[in-house]
Amino acid sequence: MSATETTTEPAVAPRGPQSLGAVFEDYRARIRGGDVGALPALAGVIVLVLVFTVLSGTQFTNAFNFANLVLQGSAYAVFAMGLVFVLLLGEIDLSAGYTGGVGAAVVGKLILDQNLNWVLALIGGLLFGALVGLVIGLLVSKLGVPSFVVTLAFFLALQGVLLLMTGAGGTIPYRDSHLLAIMNKNMPLWLGWAFAGLTVIAYAALGFSRRLQRQRAGLPTPTILVWVLKSIAFAAVLIAATAYLSKERSRNVFLASLKGVPIVIVIVAGLLVVLTFLLTRTAWGRHVYAVGGNAEAARRAGINVARVKISCFMMCSMLASVGGVLLASRTNSVNPQTGGSDVLLFAVGSAVIGGTSLFGGRGRVLDGILGAVVITVIVNGMTLQGQSQGRVYMITGLVLLLAASVDAVSRRRAAASGRV
Amino acid sequence: MSARAGTHTVNSRPVLSNPSPAVPGRSTRKVLSMSVTQTERPPVGADTPILTLRGIEKSFGAVHVLRGVDLDVRAGQVTALVGDNGAGKSTLIKGVAGIYGFDAGEYLFEGKPVAVHNPRDANALGIEVVYQDLALCDNLDVVHNMFLGRELTASGLLNEATMETRARETLDGLSVRTLQSVRTPVASLSGGQRQTVAIARAVLWNSKIVILDEPTAALGVAQTEQVLALVRRLADKGLAVVLISHNMNDVMQVADDIAVLYLGAMVAQVKTADVTHSQVVELITTGRATNGTKGADA
Repeated sequence: MSATETTTEPAVAPRGPQSLGAVFEDYRARIRGGDVGALPALAGVIVLVLVFTVLSGTQFTNAFNFANLVLQGSAYAVFAMGLVFVLLLGEIDLSAGYTGGVGAAVVGKLILDQNLNWVLALIGGLLFGALVGLVIGLLVSKLGVPSFVVTLAFFLALQGVLLLMTGAGGTIPYRDSHLLAIMNKNMPLWLGWAFAGLTVIAYAALGFSRRLQRQRAGLPTPTILVWVLKSIAFAAVLIAATAYLSKERSRNVFLASLKGVPIVIVIVAGLLVVLTFLLTRTAWGRHVYAVGGNAEAARRAGINVARVKISCFMMCSMLASVGGVLLASRTNSVNPQTGGSDVLLFAVGSAVIGGTSLFGGRGRVLDGILGAVVITVIVNGMTLQGQSQGRVYMITGLVLLLAASVDAVSRRRAAASGRV
Repeated sequence: MSARAGTHTVNSRPVLSNPSPAVPGRSTRKVLSMSVTQTERPPVGADTPILTLRGIEKSFGAVHVLRGVDLDVRAGQVTALVGDNGAGKSTLIKGVAGIYGFDAGEYLFEGKPVAVHNPRDANALGIEVVYQDLALCDNLDVVHNMFLGRELTASGLLNEATMETRARETLDGLSVRTLQSVRTPVASLSGGQRQTVAIARAVLWNSKIVILDEPTAALGVAQTEQVLALVRRLADKGLAVVLISHNMNDVMQVADDIAVLYLGAMVAQVKTADVTHSQVVELITTGRATNGTKGADA
């Protein structure tokens, strides 16, 4: 009567190290299953760089423009990294741009009017961001107002706040040398190299220790070759970028020397590491993915869904404040357009182009940076070509549409492959 | 089966001694005889039921949903809970799981009366429910889903290695051979595999009673077989399993005990070996059985 089977076979038979071929096969299966990850963004960057190199030659590829790209893209990247948290929930934050603008204005005012130390002023800006995120999060999770509407309201209101704060003069100047240095100064060459070296070592060490941990626990581990190849590729990219940024890129060396890794890179890289760590190595990060994937399942598993949502909105708004300060540092002031016009749309576009799903549950912090690179290369390359702003927007819109379609199609594939 | 059916002894089931209008009086005799089989069965091992419900009443406003329901759930056995739509199966299960409280009646766990006010109380007792929609996160892998909301951490960080090891141990312990890798996202699993993950999650926490709500409803033939085999293994490992199902074939195949709800009353809880397929269907649809029991002369 019963269907008792007394099989004692283990669930997974082979437990030795996986071969390189097996790892590659796993990866291919994942992609075919709809988990395309960073591939479209990486392919996009390569294609775009090739196209613009052919069209513009050294005008595009020179070291000066490369550093310029980094500076242009870093603010978008920070906004986008914040938006990843909200998009992971399947929500949206339309107010992030102006939250950044007002956050930067708060920092400027605190220094200008209150004579605050720049560190304290920055903390003030972050607290402002946290407050905005808290209110948005409460309205969305407790009251149940759609995030689209709540953040649209905040978008309008904060635009007004920024207009009032900048006042008749129209700008809040940034004069603090530390804040200006972020976007306008480079690290000394040795520091840039030391930074790159340490990052490579940390990356390799982290990968090795994780491998060791799995091996000790008797879990299937990819062959050591995977770790070696990954570390070498990471080191190669970082060393090439550092070397290029260490080149003299001033047009007139006698007027001013311009070389070294821009300081903002350290900030963006630091945020990338810390936020990725939070999202992938802590229970909170796991809960963010769970809420985005299936909020009801998360609730039944005992996860406080409201708290997770609020924390994500706070994270997004705080990072928006940081992004706002970067924008202000680049233009040396806050004006009524700081964080306005295309900032938010480029930031959302960056996250989506990078591979973060608009449907929630899928995405990484790195996506924000990858997408920001794509968008910045488009804007930078087309502007160098002398294309009008109108065409730049049109192409950017097309790329975003393409990315969103890739997202939708890969999601459908994932759903289809789910019912084998 | 050593028990003698047809031996008329006084049955203590309140629903049978006070037949409600829903249970016509003339059916009482046959139902009685089957209940006797149950109550007179000689003790097999630790035969005290792990979960005992007596005289459970539940109303939603004017609607009397459960009328003096009795239920015994034993460790190492699969107890099927059957009944037509609206018979009160879900209400009974949700009450057991602590989603809402019963209005009246005894709730005994391991022989002791307990108070279960919310799902956490039920979990603390070792009662896990696998709902029909499984409540899995498609975007997370098998390990993440199994530990969802109860992640193991070491100094604040997720302890992936330990979680993966324990997930594998649990799956191996259930002799699950259908999962290639525990790091596969649930989105890419078949319906049967998802059910397996949901069940494995329920037994991961040393639970004592696993309640399965229609585990085979959405599955194909081969996958149904896999899940039923898994259900059987759970019981063989000493867990008490409550199986809610509309599929009589599944029930006859895997259950040790069949409890039949009819319009909110428990009309019978019988050994599967003592009844035929058609008798169970009759109990479900009319609340009574007309033929003698199959095990009567066994």
